[in-house]
Amino acid sequence: MMLSKKTKYVLLAALVLGLAVIYVPLLVVLLNSVNADTTFGWPPSGFTLEWWRRAAENEGVLRALVTSLEAGLAATAIALVLGMMAAFALQRYRFFGKDTVSLLIILPIALPGIVTGIALNNAFRTILGIDLGLFTAIIAHATFCVVVVFNNVVARLRRLGGNLEEASMDLGADGITTFRLVTFPMLRSALLAGGLLAFALSFDEIIVTTFTLGAGLQTLPIWILDNLFRPNQAPVVNVVAAVLIVVSTVPVYLAQRLSGDTASGGRL
Amino acid sequence: MSIAASVSGFLYRKPRLRLGMLLSAPLLWLGLAYLGALAALFVTAFWHTDTFTGQVVTEWSLDNFTTLFTDGVYRTITLRTLGIAVAVTVVDAVIAFPMAFYMAKFASPRAQRVLVIAVMTPLWASYLVKAYSWRIMLSGNGLVGWLFGATPGYGLAATVITLSYLWLPYMILPIYAGLDRLPDSLVEASGDLGARSWRTFRSVVLPLTFPAIVAGSIFTFSLTLGDYITVKIVGGANQMLGNVVYDNIGAANNLPFAATVATVPVVIMLVYLAAVRRTGALDNL
Repeated sequence: MMLSKKTKYVLLAALVLGLAVIYVPLLVVLLNSVNADTTFGWPPSGFTLEWWRRAAENEGVLRALVTSLEAGLAATAIALVLGMMAAFALQRYRFFGKDTVSLLIILPIALPGIVTGIALNNAFRTILGIDLGLFTAIIAHATFCVVVVFNNVVARLRRLGGNLEEASMDLGADGITTFRLVTFPMLRSALLAGGLLAFALSFDEIIVTTFTLGAGLQTLPIWILDNLFRPNQAPVVNVVAAVLIVVSTVPVYLAQRLSGDTASGGRL
Repeated sequence: MSIAASVSGFLYRKPRLRLGMLLSAPLLWLGLAYLGALAALFVTAFWHTDTFTGQVVTEWSLDNFTTLFTDGVYRTITLRTLGIAVAVTVVDAVIAFPMAFYMAKFASPRAQRVLVIAVMTPLWASYLVKAYSWRIMLSGNGLVGWLFGATPGYGLAATVITLSYLWLPYMILPIYAGLDRLPDSLVEASGDLGARSWRTFRSVVLPLTFPAIVAGSIFTFSLTLGDYITVKIVGGANQMLGNVVYDNIGAANNLPFAATVATVPVVIMLVYLAAVRRTGALDNL
């Protein structure tokens, strides 16, 4: 590039500053979870692990954690199956309506969360007459997690091509053996990455969850929202928020390292 | 020949059947369950609730839409939501462009990979936690006041700041991808022909990366239009379209009117998508 040194340094400063702004709010939450001062003014006054101990003994938090894990694991399992099937269909075949199907897969996440949320809420309650519960939240989460698995598997299939599978068939393996011994092992890390991202997405989701989780149940984000405006809960809210940061960014970081082809990023 | 082998042989000879089996479950799930739910939502928008029993009455009428268009409150809220969406988009574009420019044009390939991960990872950290963090930072004795001696407090400015923060990575990543595709030779040619940095930026770089910026704006726009939690956390007494939808489902128990209001962001998004289609932004998503 023929741009002046000065431009380069100005841009570098902008990048460093931007990244600092991206990370500061997350660090503030992590710091506040060990901040002895309950009003969380700045700068922090002292160090304590008291809030972590209280959070670990808080029954509401623990129940919410279990609900979050159940919803996340179930939704991820469904998304892995549906996402992989859709990825094979769209990557390996040509058919009428292919573009419509790929649009359909990104739609649950491309539309504002509140639209997806009330559409499913309305469908469950008014149309199907099902009471909201953990089950309905799992269905909702799986619906928007499919796209994450789909993207990871499509990217991997595109990169692999079909040569090795053809070779396997030429050597006499049938379709099922080829899938088990050739295709699946090559997809494994893409599936793991997609699964981790789907789990992180489900673990953090709040808007769709608000509309599809039954009364009396809470996931961790819902627990935070319910307790956000209660001053005496503030320290425990900080700990739960810190846990959410760690629990959701670690799998994403791992997924990124795991699959070189998740370049597209973002929500899609 | 085992059963598995004969099944797989049979399937191998019938590619259409294989495709049908692969597509059936995802299509049933998304096509029937999700599209069906969306269709039902738009039908519900034309119904209303019985004022006495609170039950949904399945009679067709345009009353909800009439209320939406004639009541000044909803017009104000729609305009406020649009204004916030535009402000967030502009703020994000201005912050994201220099960051993406350095990432795409000056960083080494290894550094690029690290930077993309650095930008992406916090994107997935809880939306709620990030909004909540800004609530702490913008409070009277928070970090912002400590750093700058003043804080905007809770209100529209805080809403724009928080939403811009939340959606910033959605703007950085498409612009980075767009700049990464922009050939260095064009920038060099412009320099060789005597253009200074600013002229090169305005006449070469900006027009060629415009579709990528528009692609990023699709996210910032769509996500802002549907938001209702951030404005509840840092927005003071202000409301956005999402709050109207939320309140009508919960407290007011008027699902049909909530459905009517929910059509507004969808229509705005469809109009926006149709408007930007010609820039080629959709290929940049």
